[in-house]
Amino acid sequence: MQITEQVRSPYQVDERGYYGPYGGAFIPEMLYPNVQELKENYLTIMADPSFQAEFQLLLTDYVGRPTPLYFAQRLSETYGTQVYLKREDLCHTGAHKVNNTIGQILLARRLGKKKIVAETGAGQHGVATATVCALMGMECIVYMGEIDIERQAPNVARMKMLGAEVRPATSGSKTLKDATNEAMRHWINNPVDTHYIIGSVVGPHPYPDMVARFQSVISEEIRNQLQEKTGSPLPNYVIACVGGGSNAAGAFYHYLHETSVKLVAAEAAGLGVYSGHTAATTFLGKPGVLHGSRSILMQTEDGQVVEPFSISAGLDYPGIGPMHANLATSGRGIFKAITDEEALTAGFELAKLEGIIPALESSHALASLKTLGAGPDEVVVVNLSGRGDKDLATYMKHL
Amino acid sequence: MTNRITHLFSQQSGRLLNVYFTAGFPQLNDTRTILKSLEAAGADLVEIGMPYSDPVADGETIQLSNDKALHNGMTVKTLFEQLEGMREEVSVPVLLMGYINPVIQFGVEAFCRRCREVGVDGLILPDLPADVYEEEFKPLFDQYGLVNIFLITPQTADDRIRHIDSISEGFIYMVSSASTTGAKAGITADQEAYFNRVNAMNLKNPRLIGFGISDNASFERASQYAAGAIIGSAFIKAIADTPDLPGTIDGFVRKVKG
Ligand SMILES: Cc1ncc(COP(=O)(O)O)c(C=O)c1O
Repeated sequence: MQITEQVRSPYQVDERGYYGPYGGAFIPEMLYPNVQELKENYLTIMADPSFQAEFQLLLTDYVGRPTPLYFAQRLSETYGTQVYLKREDLCHTGAHKVNNTIGQILLARRLGKKKIVAETGAGQHGVATATVCALMGMECIVYMGEIDIERQAPNVARMKMLGAEVRPATSGSKTLKDATNEAMRHWINNPVDTHYIIGSVVGPHPYPDMVARFQSVISEEIRNQLQEKTGSPLPNYVIACVGGGSNAAGAFYHYLHETSVKLVAAEAAGLGVYSGHTAATTFLGKPGVLHGSRSILMQTEDGQVVEPFSISAGLDYPGIGPMHANLATSGRGIFKAITDEEALTAGFELAKLEGIIPALESSHALASLKTLGAGPDEVVVVNLSGRGDKDLATYMKHL
Repeated sequence: MTNRITHLFSQQSGRLLNVYFTAGFPQLNDTRTILKSLEAAGADLVEIGMPYSDPVADGETIQLSNDKALHNGMTVKTLFEQLEGMREEVSVPVLLMGYINPVIQFGVEAFCRRCREVGVDGLILPDLPADVYEEEFKPLFDQYGLVNIFLITPQTADDRIRHIDSISEGFIYMVSSASTTGAKAGITADQEAYFNRVNAMNLKNPRLIGFGISDNASFERASQYAAGAIIGSAFIKAIADTPDLPGTIDGFVRKVKG
């Protein structure tokens, strides 16, 4: 399957860059030429056989793809259903994020860009970006909220060792949203030689579609692997956590049009949906514009963006990608709000039952199993988006 | 009634000064004082910023003024209340500048109606794309007599500049360099080449140059290439800590205009 292959469905992006009412490119004129350049070139470049070959080779030999689809026997027994784990945690750098950064840096190179800027929350996307920049010998600047720099120290060290410059975002709430603002400002100030590698399916069109295509390798592999293991490429459920939504977009991508497959998105409820300390965007948000696209976001009555809260820095975002906003509004997606506590419990459970320590983000997806109501013969795929090494300090606090 | 912005440009074609300030900064209720003082000191247009939590096109100075204004309690609703009756006091053209999300939450039609009621003449919404403006906003802007001001930058292609010119009224905001607000000071040879290139295009709309204009020298320089200039960050800095707003504003504007 090719990254440019897309089955038409109302849940895919349309020619204008929208998913239903969401998406578009709400950007200041200063970014228009850059975004336009991407929009005009991304599909052509991605369709080029030499690009495909480069991309596939790196996914295989460098990232370690395909990642296994693992039948989790003891987890399945616990929940009385057939649970398979898509092991994105085994990707080089420890999460799915690298699928996207490999794709985007190859694209940036073909556009003649010399430097890379990125934002990061938990540091996973920052590490994945710093990694591919080292690989390609490109200059790398990563903006990270001052507060996240403190709470994700190991990833800051990794980025530095990989040669990236980590710049603190000191504006606003000093977390992921503000790091994204700073990365955009950096791009405005350096429009000619720099490419902005966005870390999720957010941002102005064509970013959500481009990132989804690079991540679509996840569901492409799930289809092949399930076919082999169960005789059908179709599970009954696919579950993924949603911060901006890139691992979910990748896991859902080749199932968007398969309406027998239920797509389950786990959002971070923090201390509880109505606690005032939450990142459950689709439960509390309203349509609005953030970081260049129309989507659903948590905001005040006056349209000011509200600070999110989650134990997981990767889900600590007040918005959601436009694809997912459309899945939520149209009813195609089933959205669940998972609290910090539920996620922690699910993380410890996976460690004990299967010997796998999941990223806190992925623990939100795992926690959805409890209320899924899947039958004994039904097949459930959980996208294990990352590993928990970066979260050990947090897990230990709750041991 | 004719729009005050288009009227101004039909009467005057040079050395026009547009001053930006953030509503709710330095104090929540300074809006009318600043507005009156700017007109009295000789500002030709006034641009009032509606503070936003995530102003991506703005540099540090305007970001901090936005944060402070929000902290002070400023909202779109409050701003309209503050501007109620301003046309009994000032006749200077007034623009509201801000990001699209608070406008959408207020309701686009309700927003346009309130602009009209209080006497606002135009809008600058940097993250409102031209195509969305034409499809969804233009009919309402027209109905309520508001002009929308578009930005162009050194990277804007000629055909896009022509398109923007064709859908613009009042003036075009010519961003002097690839940057966020307040980032670079002064005008370089590269920028002059860009201004000359745009001038040679014979556009129907006049231009005001903004970003990097901070004093009399840069104002005079910009005025050689356009109908005038826009000052934002330098003004915000000037009024940030002053004990005497009208006095400081009077001094600032007179110095810039020379
Ligand atoms: C392991 C892992 N999963 C999920 C996410 C959330 O991002 P997205 O929703 O784009 O997949 C992150 C972000 O840092 C992550 O590190």
